[in-house]
Amino acid sequence: MSLRLYLVRRVGLLVFVLFGVSVLTFVMARVVPADPAVLYAGAGARGPAIEQARKILRLDGPLYEQYLGYVSGLAHGDWGTSLRTHRAVLPDILTFLPVTLELVFSALLLGLLAGVALGALTADRKGRAIDFVMRIFAVGGVSLPAFFVALVFQVLFFRALNVLPAAGMFSVDVAQNYPVSHVTGAPLLDALITGNLTALSDHLRYMVLPVLALAAYPTGVVMRMSRSAMLESLGQDYIRMARAMGVPRRTIIYRFALKNSLGPVLTVVGLMLAYAIIGAFFIELIFAWPGIGTYGTMSILSLDYPAIMAVTLFVAVIYVVVNLLVDLAIAWLDPRIVLS
Amino acid sequence: MSTASPAASRFLLDDWRVRHQSSLEESRHSVRIFFRDRLAAVGLIYIALMIAVAIFAPVVAPYPGQGRGATDLRARFDSPGAQHVFGTDNLGRDVLSRVVYGTRIALVMPAIVALGVVLIGVPLGGIAGYYGGWLDEVVMRVTDIFLAFPGLILAMALVAFLGPGLRNIAIALVVTWWPWYARLVRGMAISLRERPFVKAARTMGVRDSRIVLRHILPNSLGPVIVQMTLDVGAVILEVAALSFIGLGAAPPTPDWGLMISEGRLYVFEAWWMVVFPGLAIFALVLAFNFVGDGLRDVLDPRSRR
Repeated sequence: MSLRLYLVRRVGLLVFVLFGVSVLTFVMARVVPADPAVLYAGAGARGPAIEQARKILRLDGPLYEQYLGYVSGLAHGDWGTSLRTHRAVLPDILTFLPVTLELVFSALLLGLLAGVALGALTADRKGRAIDFVMRIFAVGGVSLPAFFVALVFQVLFFRALNVLPAAGMFSVDVAQNYPVSHVTGAPLLDALITGNLTALSDHLRYMVLPVLALAAYPTGVVMRMSRSAMLESLGQDYIRMARAMGVPRRTIIYRFALKNSLGPVLTVVGLMLAYAIIGAFFIELIFAWPGIGTYGTMSILSLDYPAIMAVTLFVAVIYVVVNLLVDLAIAWLDPRIVLS
Repeated sequence: MSTASPAASRFLLDDWRVRHQSSLEESRHSVRIFFRDRLAAVGLIYIALMIAVAIFAPVVAPYPGQGRGATDLRARFDSPGAQHVFGTDNLGRDVLSRVVYGTRIALVMPAIVALGVVLIGVPLGGIAGYYGGWLDEVVMRVTDIFLAFPGLILAMALVAFLGPGLRNIAIALVVTWWPWYARLVRGMAISLRERPFVKAARTMGVRDSRIVLRHILPNSLGPVIVQMTLDVGAVILEVAALSFIGLGAAPPTPDWGLMISEGRLYVFEAWWMVVFPGLAIFALVLAFNFVGDGLRDVLDPRSRR
């Protein structure tokens, strides 16, 4: 299959999957035991108010009509109205998105760099003490609940050692005297763009624990993946050839083998993204970061079902699109891969 | 089978003999490889120990009543010591006893989820792979839709809509995990379909439904079990995560995720309320991951080191 045909097929599949995803979220929301219109109208609301709420939430009319209304709303940027805040859901999600993106991308970047470096190191020192210790760390990293790591970090670094702040994005002093003006919504970027160095260094201190807690899992996954990929490429003929020609060992490992082991690592990026998004739900909650995760958990706890639907759908769309991009990148980078 | 021609049945028998003889020798070899991997052996022993703890929880727990939820308000926030090895919580309950009782939920939940996944994902995958065609296409596109969500996000939304509780967590996790197993078994079924013993059975006029039930599914169980061992850890983590955000059992259930969630409010004064249930989760998941890795090394020669 040519790359172009593959692209067309994958995009077609994407459209189908997005359609299915919208059906699935719609169906899920129909199993709610409570009447959302009553929740929306508020405690003590009478008949007319509830009927009006039903209209606002598009709960009148037959099911297929409700679904069509839902989908055409999605297409027009109307993702529903929150039962909790009575505000449109999509603008709220977009307001909270930059904070989540900052957290997720920092953690993924750290996980990738640390994971590849540790994977190369342990493959190089295979069978020695450091290999054994790091492998236990890697399995440990994927065996720890992110929310538990976060809480332990807070106890250790705030309560016991008192070297890092417990929660929040800025200290009170900095937030009052050196507020970051809103450009993108991601505090790190905004502080950088506006040249607010006081806020930047303050925010970096507040980033350490959440990012580390979120990066534990991706680091473990990438390290295991890149270690085995390194070992595989180290066993190949061109490496033996290079060794026979007297190329220094360091060059062989960190230039030749490392480059060739990056392909397999790319395949777990989608998986890592899924875990980072899920982890962000808990990390944001514990470290009090106002992102989609906090918004999502708040919606879940108050059975704010339009918001739950919207967050679920939003996350799925991002996830599907990134996975497609990753697959295309892999196909483009490695022509040996058979497209099907 | 009675209508089989002599040639076909001898062929079948040979095929059977070859497969089983080699698998006997291989299994002895495999056990040796598995136990040479010390981490896997340690993991297996730990899991066995935890199963015993779960069964004999009333005997193992120093304060069985408190493990089930009885409070002792005179002993609130006791730090770990001789009286209470893991300390006591905000209601004076012995944390060790509650962690001990928590092993029951931690072990039963993955078992239920695994059962549900096997009952739904395995037959669907087997049918899709064996029959192929439009049936295969439909099943696979449905799995595409389910796999478009990061698993736990879909589970969170489902439990939110169904209402909190362990039963609904189990339902939600079956819904998010079955597609992986349907795909795994489908792949197995496609390759098994072309194997001589299946072809022979078909030639002899054995019904398709019987072939799927008696040949395809039993023969794909090996990889399913290995994958399940690798996934049990993830399921334990997901149950804990859902309980942590308040979608699981209601207090005073001794559930590890719930205990951490309760302890979170007092984490700076009574760290043991969070740390011990967390370590219990960590150790159990780690044990399953070690065993899963060991099993995979045995069965996938490419990953042998």
